[in-house]
Amino acid sequence: MSTAAPSSPSEPRVSGRHSVRSKTVDDAVIRIAGNSQDGIQTIGGLLARLAGRTDQDVITYMTIPSTISGGPSIFQVRIGSGEILSPGDQADFLVAFYEHSYKSHIGFLREGGICLYDSDEVKPDTSDKRFVYVPVPLTSATVEAVGGTAKDRGKNMFALGLLCSVFDLDRERLVEIISRQFGSKDESILRNALLAFDAGYAYPLGDILDLAFQLKPATASGKTRVATDGNTAMALGLIAGGVRHGAGYPITPWSPIMEQLRVELPQYGGMFIQSEDELAAISTALGFSYAGHLAVTGSAGPGLSLKMEALSWATMAEIPLIVINVQRGGPSTGLPTSVEQSDLMQAIYGSHGDCPRVVLAPKDVEDCFYIAIEAARIARKYSVPVIILSDQALSSRIEAFTEPDLAKVMVEPVLDLNPAPAEYKPYPLNAETRHAPPGTRMTGGTYPVVTGLEHDEMGHPTSNPDLHMKMTARRRNKLRRLEAELKTPEVYGDANGEILLVGWGSTYGPIREAVTQLREQGLKLAAIHLRHLHPMAPGLEKVFDRYDHIFVVEMNDEGVYGQGQLATLLRSRFCNPKIRSICKTDGLTFKIREIIAGIDDFIAVTA
Amino acid sequence: MSSITIKRPEAIEPAPKLDKKALSADHPTWCPGCGDFAVLASFFKVVQNLGIPHEQICTIAGIGCSSRFPYFVNGHGVHYIHGRAIPLATGVSLSRPDLNVFVFGGDGDGFSIGGNHLEHAARKNLNLTYVIMDNFVYGLTKKQTSPTSPVGFKSKTDPWGAQDEPVNPMRKLVASGATFVARTHAAQVNHMSEMFERAIKHPGFSVVEVLSECVVFFKGSFDAANPRKGGEFPLIPEKQWDDSPDDWKAHDTTDLSKAIKLAEEPWPGKFGVFYEVERTTKNANEQALIADAQAKVGNASSQEILAKRFARMR
Repeated sequence: MSTAAPSSPSEPRVSGRHSVRSKTVDDAVIRIAGNSQDGIQTIGGLLARLAGRTDQDVITYMTIPSTISGGPSIFQVRIGSGEILSPGDQADFLVAFYEHSYKSHIGFLREGGICLYDSDEVKPDTSDKRFVYVPVPLTSATVEAVGGTAKDRGKNMFALGLLCSVFDLDRERLVEIISRQFGSKDESILRNALLAFDAGYAYPLGDILDLAFQLKPATASGKTRVATDGNTAMALGLIAGGVRHGAGYPITPWSPIMEQLRVELPQYGGMFIQSEDELAAISTALGFSYAGHLAVTGSAGPGLSLKMEALSWATMAEIPLIVINVQRGGPSTGLPTSVEQSDLMQAIYGSHGDCPRVVLAPKDVEDCFYIAIEAARIARKYSVPVIILSDQALSSRIEAFTEPDLAKVMVEPVLDLNPAPAEYKPYPLNAETRHAPPGTRMTGGTYPVVTGLEHDEMGHPTSNPDLHMKMTARRRNKLRRLEAELKTPEVYGDANGEILLVGWGSTYGPIREAVTQLREQGLKLAAIHLRHLHPMAPGLEKVFDRYDHIFVVEMNDEGVYGQGQLATLLRSRFCNPKIRSICKTDGLTFKIREIIAGIDDFIAVTA
Repeated sequence: MSSITIKRPEAIEPAPKLDKKALSADHPTWCPGCGDFAVLASFFKVVQNLGIPHEQICTIAGIGCSSRFPYFVNGHGVHYIHGRAIPLATGVSLSRPDLNVFVFGGDGDGFSIGGNHLEHAARKNLNLTYVIMDNFVYGLTKKQTSPTSPVGFKSKTDPWGAQDEPVNPMRKLVASGATFVARTHAAQVNHMSEMFERAIKHPGFSVVEVLSECVVFFKGSFDAANPRKGGEFPLIPEKQWDDSPDDWKAHDTTDLSKAIKLAEEPWPGKFGVFYEVERTTKNANEQALIADAQAKVGNASSQEILAKRFARMR
């Protein structure tokens, strides 16, 4: 944290606190702890949206209980003027709604951090001098402001008002965002929300807090920014990529994607169907794709297991399809609301037979949008199923990013029903697959049957051993051609050095921050992040050669042989004993200090 | 308005009139004497009668002897995985109103591994025709008990005779909410063709169960319903809704409880249409959703709709 900037455009506005000093900070981690029904996700979401609008970078993090209704829950927002990549290892500011919130999360507060608590509910141990305690009667003050029924409903908005005051946030914009969020609902809901918000904003903190924090203004990017979560970004990416059809079955944390597509797609002339089970969902999606409309299905790990037989058919029949797996803690029902990256091997190898298919993983919320577009492009070009491995952390966290240039990225789907020429071959040995969707007149008079049996170039079943070998190679070579298209991912950090961290999926942020921190300490290291997991981009071996140690950071188990899933793949591909694993399976995203500690286990990097 | 672009020639010559030769593809791999040959011949006849354009024929099947059907029809087709032909056909039917979607399968596909899908396609009233060639045995895998094998049937998995109560196809189908349910016999070609024709014309989920004998693993299974083998082929007298003196005794095909009652008749039971009602199809419901959503966005292009969505997240 840097000290106050005297040139800050306006004096900090904290009511009744004329004596307080203002302090400018680069970034702040605010953790709001309560129960899931308190609407703390709402405050977090509003804060994230505000940050996005003021060009600030933002990342959120939440935990949701897997119980049906209620239970302890947190929402964490990290807002900053620089690049924000992870939700933060420690909080600067804790808002505790209940005694259990205080007890569970005070340990997460950094030394000198501020614990603002509901004095109607929480009795903190103020003898612990590491923290600053700020009592506010959240419950009774909200009731006073809004009325009796507001007890459980409005205190989130009251707390938001307080935070707006403490961090000197742009009140006007925040009110505008609140109005938009609640505007479509009953008028009284918006009125009460604003009443509670204003009461929180005006609540006299006196000189309890001798500092008013001001976030350093971010450099205006001149670009419009949006704030949303990974599931929404993925759903919108599919639409941008020209996907208009899909089918799914509800499962956490995938459901929000299907819910959104169900509502969005009819506007575009498409549809999303809720199926009776996972098998039906992928089958209906394949029916759409076969009919000429590239489709999507998705699930979490358990549902993916059920879809595997149909996925093999899609590889064999060469039907394009997008399959999203929003990974959660496994195996079985496992940790349904926690994060894990333990479905990588399943994605690549999880079906029967030699069953090549493409596997991609987005690195952050923004990338969920772009990777969906890429998945659609690959599926169409190579007539192949493409699996996107998202995860629970990406699915629910909110990030701000530059609004996409839709004119550049949008793909308009076309159903081509022009007659197929007489020499039509769906599966030519020397060219890309070309389906003639039903409804196509076959000029040659012979109509195609798409099959899961091994077949010849015409799609006609055959068990000829020579053809099975040729066709197996053909299905595999599609992925080799894709591999040749890919670019070696850029290295972040030193071009050569002691350590290379390798990551995939949502570990992107914390890995990058760990590299920044360790480089500040003088270490020579870098990170590389894989978005294409099957096939992988070419040239990785040359990158690996430039570092003494290679650590693969992933949220899965080290397995019987001591390596996580990506590390196992990299070792088997490159036969490189330098490749080792930093794994964990606590259901939470990587903290920067955990990555550094993981490296420390092998070689001393911290003093 | 945003809709999916369809590329096709502005004018296309009408396809040559379909005959048996144009419709025939591979020679069926079924065993000589298999009832399925008659089903195929009957299907060809009905498709010709109805004048369905060649490119609009789409046959979809799962796994089993009867599920080889698409290979024997020269039309667009899918040979899919065991039990899931219906959900795949769902995607085709919903997104392609221009096609005639037919699903062919056996008792294993329909009543065992794919039983769940049958229930849901029926309740959703998907617009397609499903022909279940029921032979009371697993033939492709060489004589295991099927969900319709009668108690006492000796198979490789029940050498002492099947014990489990078999599925009653008509009862299951009527109860599931299918809007057209009929039963016929592969040896009664005219009746079978009539049932197919009515099923295809029916708007919604139409199912025809065809008793189609497996002459290798369950010979004589349907003799009791075959007059040429000394049995009887009793037809369901359908109400004509005229003032003829006996019409009051005939079967009201819109009466669900009477249809169930018919299904409970002892073997071999009756043949014909058990149940036939009209109900909004899922196809129509989805099209209505699209029409409503598109009316709201007016003439906006897909890019404009998506841009507006992003603007809400600013």
